[in-house]
Amino acid sequence: MQQPNRLKPFFENIHFEREDNTMMVNFGPQHPSAHGQLRLVLELQGEEVVKSRPMIGYLHRGMEKMAENMIYNEFLPTTDRMDYIAATSNNYGYALAIEQLLGIEAPRRAEIIRTMLLELNRITSHLFWLATHALDVGAMSMFLYCFREREYAMDLIEDYCGARLTHSAVRIGGVPLDLPANWIDDCKSFLEVLAKELKTYEGLLTENRIWKMRLENVGVITPKMAKEWACSGVALRGSGIKWDLRKEMPYGLYPELKFDIPVSNTCDAYGRYKICIAEIKESAKILEQLFLMYPESDSQLMAHAPNYISAPKEQIMTQNYSLMQHFVLVTQGMRPPVGEVYVATESPKGELGYFVVSDGSPYAYRLKLRTPSFQHTAILEELLVGCQLADVVTIIGNLNIVFGEIDR
Amino acid sequence: MRKYTPKDNVQRQAYFSDRFFVSPNVPRYEINEDEIFAKDFEKISSELPIIDSYIEHTHLVLHINKDDIVKIMTYLKNELKYEMLMELSAVDYLASKDGYEIFYEMLSLSKHKRLRVKCFVQKDETIESVTSLYKSANWSEREMYDMLGVKVINHPNMKRIIMPDDWYDHPLKKTYPLQGDEVAAWYEVDKIFGKEARDIIGPEQRDPAAIDRYDTTRFARLGHEVPNGVDISEFEPETPISYQEENAPLLKKLKPEESVVLKRRR
Repeated sequence: MQQPNRLKPFFENIHFEREDNTMMVNFGPQHPSAHGQLRLVLELQGEEVVKSRPMIGYLHRGMEKMAENMIYNEFLPTTDRMDYIAATSNNYGYALAIEQLLGIEAPRRAEIIRTMLLELNRITSHLFWLATHALDVGAMSMFLYCFREREYAMDLIEDYCGARLTHSAVRIGGVPLDLPANWIDDCKSFLEVLAKELKTYEGLLTENRIWKMRLENVGVITPKMAKEWACSGVALRGSGIKWDLRKEMPYGLYPELKFDIPVSNTCDAYGRYKICIAEIKESAKILEQLFLMYPESDSQLMAHAPNYISAPKEQIMTQNYSLMQHFVLVTQGMRPPVGEVYVATESPKGELGYFVVSDGSPYAYRLKLRTPSFQHTAILEELLVGCQLADVVTIIGNLNIVFGEIDR
Repeated sequence: MRKYTPKDNVQRQAYFSDRFFVSPNVPRYEINEDEIFAKDFEKISSELPIIDSYIEHTHLVLHINKDDIVKIMTYLKNELKYEMLMELSAVDYLASKDGYEIFYEMLSLSKHKRLRVKCFVQKDETIESVTSLYKSANWSEREMYDMLGVKVINHPNMKRIIMPDDWYDHPLKKTYPLQGDEVAAWYEVDKIFGKEARDIIGPEQRDPAAIDRYDTTRFARLGHEVPNGVDISEFEPETPISYQEENAPLLKKLKPEESVVLKRRR
């Protein structure tokens, strides 16, 4: 019987001592393989999981509440803290949502720079995923190799915006800065290194007997399951459904870019690993195309929409009216049209959606963040049932969940 | 006279609004303008009651009665092939309309279209769960209840998801202050040590930038060296060592005698 006190409250629905042969295992919330603060209450029959209850909320910061109490530009740096290993994708999703609410478009050069950052971020995110996932499964050296290459990519991003994790390098209406000199050359040499190192990764893992044994037929998400649980991103493509928002419902520059959508029909963790490796290559391909597009573009970086977006700096410093506009936009904030938009973008994890309800005031009336990891954690309720205890860690790592996104 | 602050919405408001400013609207279009939506709408409106419908920002928006939600969702899933429920939540209109507006964000993979179903639920009404149709609604509905207090019936596991089970009130309501209410401020103290310990422990420090001048365990003193954990509330030892460069560019030399201790920020 439980003996509750103040520090150990009575657990209503959990009976730790049981009559039957199942055992309760409390996984987390402090577990190195949970990739954050995930608590899983697992019911085990021998080594087999018969019931799993994921519990979240340990990293809840109330971002949706914060969004209602900040002007639109103020909230942008907060979005970095959602999926903190691919911050630009969050910034971009938010900026795109607000831009579509305002009915403006970012200039072409801004869009090129954004897409470069997005794809570079996709690479870092996938490298991070591969590193930690391989570490969970037991391949320690992968962790070191992937982090080494990720570091180069982070240096590139740092070179552009000064930050390594929380970039905020995308603004509503464009980007604040042009690329520094030599950035494209640096990025090219990074891609060369990456292409070489990717072969090493694949050589180490793809045909590795242990890696295959740990990943094949583990965490099988059937297409029906993937649709019902609203999986997106790699989890959906791993189930044989060819769906990438960049291709299927394109936004930004993606209609002009040529790239493939890797799909796997195996529905298991191994298939998702292969997709990830292929996606890194596709991102590199996209970056190569962007390098050619960049020099041809006009040098304007922020959209011209004086009602919503401040004028460029030199204009503010010289034109009285621009300075007044800027003052109003900074102190009061922009007042977007009344209405609702839901804008979804393909972040490295999956579909990242921003649902914005505007009542015409400088503060969003409601901002709902639809994050892919939230649904990918929900699926653990069904996915873990029937698997072995040792596979739990593989599955959690493989789904690529980030807790900043889940708890928000 | 005391300043009037509305109790039903304690969120930040714009400090200035032009009386003559009329906000434009996000454009709405007729359903006929999109072929696929027009077909879908024709089918669904002949079978089920739709209150209002339009196209807003590439989405077909359907306003429906909240009692028809399961019927509509079944129809959308099975007949119109909107296979995925991407997002579901509510918007708090308690102050203006005494209820919540619930939205269901649907996606059709085969048609490449998004659709939004919306219904209005009065304050003390409940809404039927759609978990049996779309499993993704499982956690989203829990989150909706947790954050806004919308009651969902026939849900397999209706518990709070993000906040602790014994949390008071729902944080995303407009009546809930940004800094948390009284219960939230004392939640941890009450839970671990009991209410009687409030006086001993004191209120939670919520200002992340707050520095206690006399706290020598957690903070080094600016410009002075004090051993760790020494009580300096009575007597502050003079330590003339300061590590600031002379004539450093851009840096101001710290003058401790001119520093001010702020009771509270803002």
